[in-house]
Amino acid sequence: MEAPRVFEERMGQILVAGSGTDTISCDKQSLAGSVSQRACVFCGARVVLYPIADALHLVHGPIGCAAYTWDIRGALSSGPELHRMSFSTDMREREVIFGAEKKLEQSLRELIAKYQPRGAFVYSTCVAGVIGDDIDAVCRRVGKDVGIPVIAVQSEGFKGNKRAGYSAACQAIDKLVGTADTTGIGPLSINILGDFNLAGEIWLIRQYYEKMGLQVVANVTGDGRIDDIRRSHGAALNVVQCSGATMELARYMKEKHGVPFLRVSYFGIEDMAESLYAVARHFQDVDWQVMERAKKIVADELKTLVPEMKELKKRLQGKTAAVYVGGAFKAFSLIKAFRHLGMRVTLVGSQTGTEEDYREIQQVCDPGTVIVDDTNPLELGAFLKENDVDILVGGVKERPIAYKLGLGFCDHNHERKLALEGFLGMRNFAKEVAATVESPIWKFVPRRCGRTTAGTSLSTESVHDGSSK
Amino acid sequence: MIKTSVAKAREPWVSTANPCHQCRPLGAMVAFQGVEGCVPFLHGSQGCATYMRRYLISHFREPVDIASSSVSEKEAVLGGGPSLRKGLRNVTEKYGASVVGVATTCLTETTGEDLGMLVREWDKEVAERPLQGGNPEIVTVPCPSYDGSHIDGFHGANRALVAHFAEACSPHGGMALFPNFVSPADLRHLREMVGAFGIPLTLVPDYADRLDGPALVETDPLPAGGTTMADMRALPGCRVSVELGRTIPEKLSAATWLEQEWKVPRRTLGLPIGIRETDAFMAILEELSGIETPEAWQAERGRLIDACVDAHKYLAGRTAVVFGDEDMVAGIVSFLTEIGMKTTLVATGGKSGRLAPVIERVTRTFLEEMPRVLEDSDFRDVEECAEARMADLFIGHSKGYKLARRHDIPLVRVGFPLHDRFGGQRLLHVGWRGALDLLDTIVNAILEKRQDDSPVGYSYL
Repeated sequence: MEAPRVFEERMGQILVAGSGTDTISCDKQSLAGSVSQRACVFCGARVVLYPIADALHLVHGPIGCAAYTWDIRGALSSGPELHRMSFSTDMREREVIFGAEKKLEQSLRELIAKYQPRGAFVYSTCVAGVIGDDIDAVCRRVGKDVGIPVIAVQSEGFKGNKRAGYSAACQAIDKLVGTADTTGIGPLSINILGDFNLAGEIWLIRQYYEKMGLQVVANVTGDGRIDDIRRSHGAALNVVQCSGATMELARYMKEKHGVPFLRVSYFGIEDMAESLYAVARHFQDVDWQVMERAKKIVADELKTLVPEMKELKKRLQGKTAAVYVGGAFKAFSLIKAFRHLGMRVTLVGSQTGTEEDYREIQQVCDPGTVIVDDTNPLELGAFLKENDVDILVGGVKERPIAYKLGLGFCDHNHERKLALEGFLGMRNFAKEVAATVESPIWKFVPRRCGRTTAGTSLSTESVHDGSSK
Repeated sequence: MIKTSVAKAREPWVSTANPCHQCRPLGAMVAFQGVEGCVPFLHGSQGCATYMRRYLISHFREPVDIASSSVSEKEAVLGGGPSLRKGLRNVTEKYGASVVGVATTCLTETTGEDLGMLVREWDKEVAERPLQGGNPEIVTVPCPSYDGSHIDGFHGANRALVAHFAEACSPHGGMALFPNFVSPADLRHLREMVGAFGIPLTLVPDYADRLDGPALVETDPLPAGGTTMADMRALPGCRVSVELGRTIPEKLSAATWLEQEWKVPRRTLGLPIGIRETDAFMAILEELSGIETPEAWQAERGRLIDACVDAHKYLAGRTAVVFGDEDMVAGIVSFLTEIGMKTTLVATGGKSGRLAPVIERVTRTFLEEMPRVLEDSDFRDVEECAEARMADLFIGHSKGYKLARRHDIPLVRVGFPLHDRFGGQRLLHVGWRGALDLLDTIVNAILEKRQDDSPVGYSYL
């Protein structure tokens, strides 16, 4: 592996599957000047809590942090949409000097009075942390007065990376859990953790579980509600997707409330089916029919999906893909999903994977696959060129890297509008991959146009020949 | 008699909801993109760079690399110098940057980082341990995000660039043009306009090619294009400097700096949007070149006026709410006024304090009542104004879409950011050509709404 654009200090964060080395260095602070694709603590906390639709989300800091996260995810709500507003204390120079607690308190009170949320999250930002505002005290005071939970989120941007933000979000949610009555929650009940209802995905998943005869108590956090989360400790099981974001909450809930958890993934055929089976197995002793229903759901879905996939596989067979996503667990599922399409993943990476995640990734991918932690545009570009893949899966920041190199792209991040989870999601994903990989435009892209010349020029002669036949 | 009414937008709200502007460093990052060989660099937390990249990529649909010193908790306490130096070294060596444009952020401003001292430390370090391929020029600009908006960051960076590079040189008769935060298409059109008069031009900044580049065989980590260092060094030799934008504060104005330090005569105009503002710009080009506006360009003006005549009855008395960056909205309001529309409300997140007089100036003699002007405002303020709820048309950036949707008012998208439409980087606002594009879009938005709302479904409109 010779990538000229790799920073020496990052060599430990890159490895090749099957090359003998099996540990990757990760969960490190991003290298200064490397143009990391990562964000900050605030971003991590904000994306996890954001989909809670009936909460007031108030960013305590200068305007940027709120401006850049206004309506940032496609997290849908079936009811209130307060989360789609952008609220900020819009801290000014004066407050930076003299403290902004008063402005925070006034802002909180006026916003709660106006928008009547069921709870409020106050996000600390870099500046709030440096000037030492006692956000906790303000939140306690206001919460007590107005009678709703008002929770401080310790998300000062510089205090770690996005993972630390996930942790801050989990700590904030933990303060809500166990604060409301659990009457009416039966033994066949679950919470869905780690799904954010991008493009309505949690509705799909919830439907599967409900068909299995399970009661879904709380969505954490997609289409989430404050009151559901407050009583979520009454559920019999936490089903956790997205390895990084909500696992910590699942652990808290196990310790404090004795709620066991299962780790699942809703991406790809096997992982989706296995998720339903695993949950069914958990409830086997309470109701054996749950498994029967799960099997029926899978069988019904596969009846239509399998023939469609076969058709697409014929077209995509032999193509190659690169995957660079936020969480490692998603990468894991994507490798398997591509296999269903007859495609090979030759480069895989994540912003926030742990050592354990990367070990698992190594086990599922083919020897020779390059594995990277916290990459950057130069490195990613060099690897993409070297591996000469047909498609990159990533987020908005990776899209122009792929397009400038003349490769296909699939958005698998916050801003996607297409459901990629569940069986329907696998179908959407396959179609999306085909739509980009098979585009005629690659015949004209300078980097690739030398390879296939067929049909890329229309001389007058050929038109004439064609018409005279 | 014109009644002026500048509302105090911030009252009675303490908080801000659905902002109309972005934070200061973002504008600096855009300006630095407009310099050849430059990598924009943020001295602050990693998140700022990533957020701004995402925000800019969603508008320009181009790779936008912004480096960061990735200041951590430890460095926030002990000082970010080591991170900054390491970052500068990494970015120079990997990107081959010849210029690094460094902006501070709210974090490093609040912790009290001294940019001057940090750069001296860097100079010392590279004097002892030079970089392979030469040491880059380091241009710095303070960008406390809690003071001002992205537009202040843009102008501040521009002025910092000029002040950094300008040096004594012999007069060369060229023209310095400070175009303001406009689209790559606008920058290209400005070059073309000046070029038509044969005037040598230095455009600062010029991100037309770097933020709207072609598909290439080999992608360069540093996209080609941008204002060259040599051209910026020679700025003091210019015959004149033209600054587009009447609301630029003097302390952020590159043209004012050139005038004060190098006695380069400054001409300040509005953004050349619409008929009168473009006429004023073309008049300066005529004056400088001593030649008349070439025929092909006069024909463009002719077609614009002709189209305005064709359109005037569709537009007569129609009301508009305009929001966005101050100089952009001033230009748009000026044009709307010329085509017979009535702007009732003007809103901006900026707070230069200069917008209201400019709006007064461009609407005077046309409108009986001056539009209401909201400075330092957000979209909640806009929604609370009756003018917004009753308007026929919204004109502004994408962030006004939610409001437009809620009140079922068509939104004509201009300026920055354009996150919900395609081609924001190619949107042409300036010149007679830009005005004609705008006119078509505005008229069609009104016709489309009329057609959709009509039970008849007219085929001819």
